[in-house]
Amino acid sequence: MVVELFLDLRSQPCRALFIFAKKNNIPFEFKDVELLKGHHLSEEFGKVNVLKKVPAPLIHCLSPQHLTSACYVPCSDIAILLYLSRKFNTPDHWYPSDLQKRARVDEYLSWQHTTIREKGCKIFITKVLVPLVVGQPFSPEKLEEAVEELNSALKQFEEKFLQDKPFIVGNEISLADLVAIVELMQPVGCGCDIFENRPKLVEWRSRVEEAVGKELFQQAHEIILNVKNMSTTQLPPELREHVKQFLKP
Amino acid sequence: MGIELYLDLLSSPCRSVYIFAKKNNIPFTFKQMEVLKDLVKGHSDGFGKVNILRKVPALKDGGFTLAESPAILTYLSQTYKTPDHWYPLDMKKRARVDEYLSWHHSTIRSSVFKIFWLKVRDLNIQSWTSYEALEDLTIPLKQLEEKFLQDKPFLVGNMISLADLVAVTELMQVRLIAIGYNILEDMPKLVEWRNRVEKAVGKELFQEAHKVILNFQDLNSMLTEPQLKEQMKPRLLKMVA
Repeated sequence: MVVELFLDLRSQPCRALFIFAKKNNIPFEFKDVELLKGHHLSEEFGKVNVLKKVPAPLIHCLSPQHLTSACYVPCSDIAILLYLSRKFNTPDHWYPSDLQKRARVDEYLSWQHTTIREKGCKIFITKVLVPLVVGQPFSPEKLEEAVEELNSALKQFEEKFLQDKPFIVGNEISLADLVAIVELMQPVGCGCDIFENRPKLVEWRSRVEEAVGKELFQQAHEIILNVKNMSTTQLPPELREHVKQFLKP
Repeated sequence: MGIELYLDLLSSPCRSVYIFAKKNNIPFTFKQMEVLKDLVKGHSDGFGKVNILRKVPALKDGGFTLAESPAILTYLSQTYKTPDHWYPLDMKKRARVDEYLSWHHSTIRSSVFKIFWLKVRDLNIQSWTSYEALEDLTIPLKQLEEKFLQDKPFLVGNMISLADLVAVTELMQVRLIAIGYNILEDMPKLVEWRNRVEKAVGKELFQEAHKVILNFQDLNSMLTEPQLKEQMKPRLLKMVA
């Protein structure tokens, strides 16, 4: 039975899932969801996603055949990644069977929700999404604030999680690195190069890219790296209202 | 040497770890932490070494140290092979626990955490009279009921799991913030679920874990010294920014 993955590659969690599934040759049907075109409000998606209310850009889900009902709430990407790694018996380094190494992956995946993910998202929302919805240029003060917050998180990332290791959990790439890299590419896509002046992070990023495979990495990030094109997209009014709900000041 | 758990039972993640370890007879040394006092004085070197993030809860198992309650809980459950229902081997059920634990962190935990520190900060300026900030919890609570609990006895099925434990200990935190405010007042389904969780944990253990927050008549009594309040202010402002 083929897994259906509903993904919008503008979303970081979606990219992590995309890369992970492709890299591990997990057979899946790619259901392209474009949040900003309101695909998630469609009939087909409605059957999968009962709530239909998912804050952009956090959408991803696994089809009902594989779970008794789909995982569609924000942050369920972690659960889906773990599920796929178990179901398809992916190589151990992604989610090690050694309990202490595994705990390190879990520790990162938990910590990153309110730090790297939240702050990275904030930059994307401030610089790209809000202007798109309200039709005004982004606020430089708000952007600066968001960047500062991410800087603080990046410091902890380098000092506590990465330290002097090649990857977060040791010598090989794991789900922690994958989830981290897609989050950090989000601000890059908006023109905030958070890798600048951070040689340690740059080196880590190269290692991750290589471990994933340059081609696959580029493929997953093609859309977000061209996100400037989004700013000229015309949002239909009903969708604009819908997205506005989730954009808190 | 055995496991050391660095806990402050004022903190909901600490309570879930404490209850889990006790319920499953996992031998551990309780290392008392005092989060509020430490905010002012700075942390002792010992704890700094255990947990660079300087957060509670933290686990130390020989040379291995771990933070983040979901990671600690799943580590303990797997290392000590606790009964299956806590973190089921069945892939789909386990995925549901994982899903809840992730979601909880960014929603309910995040709101309660902010509200708690807002209250502590606002004690410096004005007394807490409104429960406006608690409204932030309305939507997540609705999702908790409609998406996660639905018509099941527990979040993941017929038996208590790590998901229920983490959820309930967090909701108990509201007792500390808003004395006498019953956050589940209009949600009978959640009230019944909460009672089931307490029963499954064991009333005595549940009460014991929550003794610290249930005995807090007023958060203000914790911060009687004006100097303490002044010292905490800058850090608090940063935390709730």
